[in-house]
Amino acid sequence: MSIQFNDETFRDDYTFRNSDWAINRFPFPFHEDHYMYSVNMEQHRGGPEGSVFEKRFDVDEHYVAEMRDRAQVLADDPLRCQSLPHMTLAGWDLLELIMVSKSEDYPDLFELHRDDDKWRWVNKPLGIDDSFTFMDETTLPYGPMEYITRQTQGDFAVLDQRDDNLWMDAGMITTQADWSLDFDIGMNFFEWHAPVPKANEMGIFVRALKFLMSVQQGAPARRLNWTMTVNPLLDTSPENYHKWGIQKTQMTPENVGEKQHLRVELQTFFRLPRSNGLVFPIRCYLISLDDLTSIPKWGRRLHRVIRDLPEELATYKGFIDNRPMIIDYLAKVDNGAETSPGIWPDLHLEPDAKA
Amino acid sequence: MSKFQFPKAIFSRPVYTVLERRVGSHHLMVADAEGGGALLDLAKSDSGLMADAHVIYIPKHTGDTYSKPLAAFAPGQFYIGSSYEASVARLRRTLLGAHMGLQVYLAGTEGLMGQVQSEAAQAGISPESIQSEHRGSVARRMQCVHCKGITEDVTVDPFVCGHCGLNLYVRDHYSRRLAAFQGVCVNAEDPGNVPKAKELYT
Repeated sequence: MSIQFNDETFRDDYTFRNSDWAINRFPFPFHEDHYMYSVNMEQHRGGPEGSVFEKRFDVDEHYVAEMRDRAQVLADDPLRCQSLPHMTLAGWDLLELIMVSKSEDYPDLFELHRDDDKWRWVNKPLGIDDSFTFMDETTLPYGPMEYITRQTQGDFAVLDQRDDNLWMDAGMITTQADWSLDFDIGMNFFEWHAPVPKANEMGIFVRALKFLMSVQQGAPARRLNWTMTVNPLLDTSPENYHKWGIQKTQMTPENVGEKQHLRVELQTFFRLPRSNGLVFPIRCYLISLDDLTSIPKWGRRLHRVIRDLPEELATYKGFIDNRPMIIDYLAKVDNGAETSPGIWPDLHLEPDAKA
Repeated sequence: MSKFQFPKAIFSRPVYTVLERRVGSHHLMVADAEGGGALLDLAKSDSGLMADAHVIYIPKHTGDTYSKPLAAFAPGQFYIGSSYEASVARLRRTLLGAHMGLQVYLAGTEGLMGQVQSEAAQAGISPESIQSEHRGSVARRMQCVHCKGITEDVTVDPFVCGHCGLNLYVRDHYSRRLAAFQGVCVNAEDPGNVPKAKELYT
């Protein structure tokens, strides 16, 4: 196969690692030296070859291990995957979207054979070969949304569109930045975003909702979001916060580079054809500060962003107490040199770059 | 004084109005404790309304302070519930038989109004036909995000989850489906240190 899948963990002994390939293609979220909320949407129409933006649903070296972690989260807490009764059709829409996209984008890893409504799905990395009847739930081991999202990296919020709003009526949420599907399911766009500071006053959500409600079939959109996570822990859920919260206090100046991770969400938005729902995959990428600062431009820029971030945002993102330690670490790699515009590593622009 | 001015809060948190008579074919009124006073005010504003009303009233600690004068208005149907749990089967049956044109009037604690709203939503009653007026206790109904247990009548922050025993802080984030605010572990990052509990809104 084209990708070597890592045997690694996102909990307990944390054997998660990024290869050089994964570091170089990391979706660094800052296109300039400071950060403030913005709607920052663009069309999701591919991207540079090898980048995380290239395929509709990016598959990387963490795929198999992430799916194992998801299965563990669901075994411990089945409420992380829920679908209100009217959302089953959207679940089939999502299953079709992912199967078609992955089999076209990664033909060496995934196969979809369709004969009318008799479908056969082959997932080689996970060793799955299932035949089923499209739109007949009884022929799958789980509901359609759960079935396909147990095989796809990233969280999935499936939104119903009605009454000029979007409603979080289904989801598979096991790698979340501290929000609860069980609590938020059934909420509209403004309700589930209510705890986010500042953005509402800035009119961000009104504009974002307008944009999202007009996303058309075949024209998906995307944006990046970010936070900071101590240890490469995928399941930073509020449900388990009483267990993982303590890890935030276990960072020291000696281990900060290894323990502190930048957590980036590649959020994409696809219109679903039959249900007119909207699926909102939230794909999480983690990178340790040690690995991130191996790209000099990213180290300098992250230092400036974190240093100058408004206190309210650092609090909301949950790293206000650790910020001084993070800044001390990053300051050492910031020589004050300029950073080039955009998110790419631009290694050729560094002074010691080999010609 | 049983009317309370809630401070401005985040968008998911419910807001309340003053009940007013609306045109409708049927009128369902559900209230607890001091909420009975809001129904009385409504009845006084239009005494003809009560003859078409089905009143479900849970007096709690108020004895017959409100139930007696409410009865005097001779509602079309008048039920006194010993608790919300005891009344909920009747409520569901009533919502199941609801017709177009039903108006719903809720009054009292947030927990009561939230739960009836959630039942009404499940029964397909449009939110536009529901009014809510807060009266009485400012206690909150809280879901523990960790164990999912609901603790009723929370008046202090932080509080102890009635199910798993964790110390939880009280968020303004509110789920209409659960009719509950969210409680989150207050000392996860500092296990030995639980802040002193304060009355809500102080």
